[in-house]
Amino acid sequence: MALETLTSEPRESRVAALLRRSERFRLGLLLFPGLFWLLLFFALPLVVVVLYSFATPGPTGRVEWHFTLANYGTLFTESLYVNAYLRSIWAGVLTTLICLLAGYPLALYIVRRPPRWRTVLLFLILIPFWTNFLVRTYAWMIILSNNGIINSIIQALGLPRVALYPSEGAVLIGLIYGNLPFMVLPIFASLDRFDFTLLEAAADLGADQTRAFLRVMLPLTMPGIAAGSVLVFIPTVGQFVVSDLLGGAKVDYLGNLLQRLFTRSNPPNWPLGSAMAIVFMAVLTVAILLYFRITTEQDR
Amino acid sequence: MKNGIAVDLRNVVKRFAEVYAVDHVSMQIRDGEFFSMLGPSGCGKTTTLRMIAGFEFPTAGEIALHGKLVGTTPPFRRNVNTVFQSYALFPHMTVAENVAFGLQMKKTPQAEIARRVEEALDLVRLGGFSGRRPRQLSGGQQQRVALARALVNHPEVLLLDEPLGALDLKLRKEMQLELKSLQERVGITFIYVTHDQEEALTMSDRIAVMNAGKVLQVGTPTEIYERPVCRFVADFIGETNFIEGLAGGVEPDGVATITTDDGLTFRAQTTRPVTPGAKVTLSIRPEKAFLAVQSPPPGTPNCFPVTVARVAYIGSDTRIDVRLGQGRLFDLWEQNSRSTLDRDAYWQPGETGFLWWPAENALVLTE
Ligand SMILES: Nc1ncnc2c1ncn2[C@@H]1O[C@H](COP(=O)(O)OP(=O)(O)OP(=O)(O)O)[C@@H](O)[C@H]1O
Ligand SMILES: [Mg+2]
Repeated sequence: MALETLTSEPRESRVAALLRRSERFRLGLLLFPGLFWLLLFFALPLVVVVLYSFATPGPTGRVEWHFTLANYGTLFTESLYVNAYLRSIWAGVLTTLICLLAGYPLALYIVRRPPRWRTVLLFLILIPFWTNFLVRTYAWMIILSNNGIINSIIQALGLPRVALYPSEGAVLIGLIYGNLPFMVLPIFASLDRFDFTLLEAAADLGADQTRAFLRVMLPLTMPGIAAGSVLVFIPTVGQFVVSDLLGGAKVDYLGNLLQRLFTRSNPPNWPLGSAMAIVFMAVLTVAILLYFRITTEQDR
Repeated sequence: MKNGIAVDLRNVVKRFAEVYAVDHVSMQIRDGEFFSMLGPSGCGKTTTLRMIAGFEFPTAGEIALHGKLVGTTPPFRRNVNTVFQSYALFPHMTVAENVAFGLQMKKTPQAEIARRVEEALDLVRLGGFSGRRPRQLSGGQQQRVALARALVNHPEVLLLDEPLGALDLKLRKEMQLELKSLQERVGITFIYVTHDQEEALTMSDRIAVMNAGKVLQVGTPTEIYERPVCRFVADFIGETNFIEGLAGGVEPDGVATITTDDGLTFRAQTTRPVTPGAKVTLSIRPEKAFLAVQSPPPGTPNCFPVTVARVAYIGSDTRIDVRLGQGRLFDLWEQNSRSTLDRDAYWQPGETGFLWWPAENALVLTE
C-alpha cells in the first residue's frame, strides 16, 4: 500500500509537469508573433531614440557616440525649446478643453435625438473625414486669410480688416476643428450607455439640474471624457502640420522643431531631436497615466 | 395631518400629441393610506404617477399635495419620492452613498445623515450591505435599497411604479408582505402602481381601477371586487360570468328582474337606479353560484336545470362549465372541501344538475 502511493505519486506529477511544460511551450508559440512585433516596431526604435538622445551631434549632422547629457540640458535651458514645449502643451490643453466644452453638449444633443436623427447627425460629424486633412486645413487658410471669407464679410459691413491668419489663434481654430470629432464620439458612446432615468432619480431626491449633472451624469460619463481628452490631447501636442499652415511657420511648436531638427536644419541634429522626443513621451505618459486612473476608478 | 388628503387630483388631463394618456382624472388619496392604481398596460398609471412626482406637468387640471397646488413645481422641490421600476440606483455609488444622496441634497448635517442612512438600511434589512455597489446585489436587495433611498427622506408621499415587476414570483410575494408591513410601520402614504390585481387586492387600503386614461372606480378591495360599478371593473378584477338582458321592475330592496333573449329570467341586486326596459348586464362570480344534484325547493331564485359541459380539477377548486340557455357557457367554482378519491364526489361532463344562486350574489351593471 505505502509503496504504491509512493511510486504512483511522482509518476503523476511527472505527467503534470510535462503537460505544464508543453502548455508553456504552446503559450510561447502563441505569444511569439505579438512579442516579435512589439520588439521590432516599438522597443527597438525606442531604444535607438534613447541611445541617440545621449549621443553627441557631429559637425556634418553625423552622430558621434560620445555619451552626453548636453542634449537634455539644451532642452531645459534654451528658451526656444522650453517655449515650444510650453506652447505645445498649452495648445493641447486649450484644444482639449474647448473640444470638451463644445463636444459634450453636442454629444448630449445627438444622444437625445430619436434613433433616425442620431444616425444622420453622427454621419454629419464623420463626413469631414472623407476629405484629406491637409485639404481641410488649407480651406481654413482661405476662410481666415486677409482676402478670405470672414474678412470679405467684415469688409462688406464697412469695418476694418482683421489679421486672422497666420496666427496662433488660427492654429487653435484649426486644431479644434480637426479634433472635435475625436472628442464627440467617445463621449457619445458613454452617454449612449448612460441610463437617463438616473437623472430623474436624482431630481426626485432633491438634486437640481446642476447637481444631478455633477453628481450623476458627469462621473458616469467620465470614461468617455477621459478617452476623448487623450485622443485629442496627444495628437495636438505633437502636431506640426496645422501650426505650419495656419501659424505661417512663424511660431514654433514641438512638432515643428522636431521635424526641423531631424530633416530640415543644416546640419540635422538627431541627438537633440531624440532627446526632445523622449521628453515629449514622458509628458504624454503622464497624460495616459491620468487617463488610466480616471477610468479604473470607475470600475472599483 | 392624519386623515387629511395627501394627494388631490382635480380633473387632471395629460395629452401626448393625439393621445390622452390621462383623461380627466379626479381622485383623492388619503394621508397614510396604501393606495393602488390598477389597470391594463397603457391606461395611464405611470403618467399619473409621474405627474404627482413632477416629471410631467398636467395639460389641464390641478394636483395638490397636502392642500398645496404643485402645478409646475419641479420634482426636486416636491417632498415626494419615487421607487422606480428599474430601481435607478446610482451605479457609481455604494449602497450607503445611494441612500445618503437625498439627505445630502437637503444639506443635512453629516452625523444625522450617517444615523438616518443606517436606520433606513436596517428598516429594509440591509444592515451589512452599506459598502456594496448596486451591481453586487440581487434584484430583491436592489429593490430594498431603492426603497431605503426614498424612505430615508421621510417623504409626504412615496410613489412606487411596479416596484416588484422585475422579481420572480416567490420573491414578489415575499416583498408584497414586507412592503405592506413596512408601510404600516412608517405610516407614509404609498401610491402603488401595478397591473397585477392580486397584488393590488392583498396590499391596498384602496384601489383605483383605470382604463384608457380614466379612473373607473375607487374603493376598498372588497368594494371593487364585490360591487364593481361597470363591466370593465367586474371583468378586470377576478373572473365573472356576464349575462346580457333587459331590466324589468326593481323592488324596494333593490332586487331587479332581468329577462334574456332566450327567455331566461333572473333576479339580481342593483346598486344604482335602473330604468325598466334598459339593456343591462348581469355579473355573477363563479364562486358565488352553486350546482345542486337535487332540485332546490320551489321558489329558489335563479334556478335552472343545466348540463355539465367541461370540468377542470385544480386542487383547491373544481371549475365547472355548464350550458345555460342557448349556447351560453356558465362558469362556476366548487370548493373541494372534502378530501376523497371517490369519482362520484366530483362532477363529470354530461351530468345534469341544478344551477342556482341567491339574488344578492348577482349584480346588475348598467355600463
Ligand atoms: N412621453 C410620452 N410620449 C408619448 N406618449 C406617451 C408618453 N408617455 C406615455 N405615453 C402614452 O400614454 C399612454 C399611457 O402610458 P402610461 O405609461 O402612463 O401607461 P401605464 O398604465 O403605465 O402602462 P404600463 O402598465 O404598460 O406601464 C400610453 O398610450 C403611452 O403610449
Ligand atoms: Mg407604467
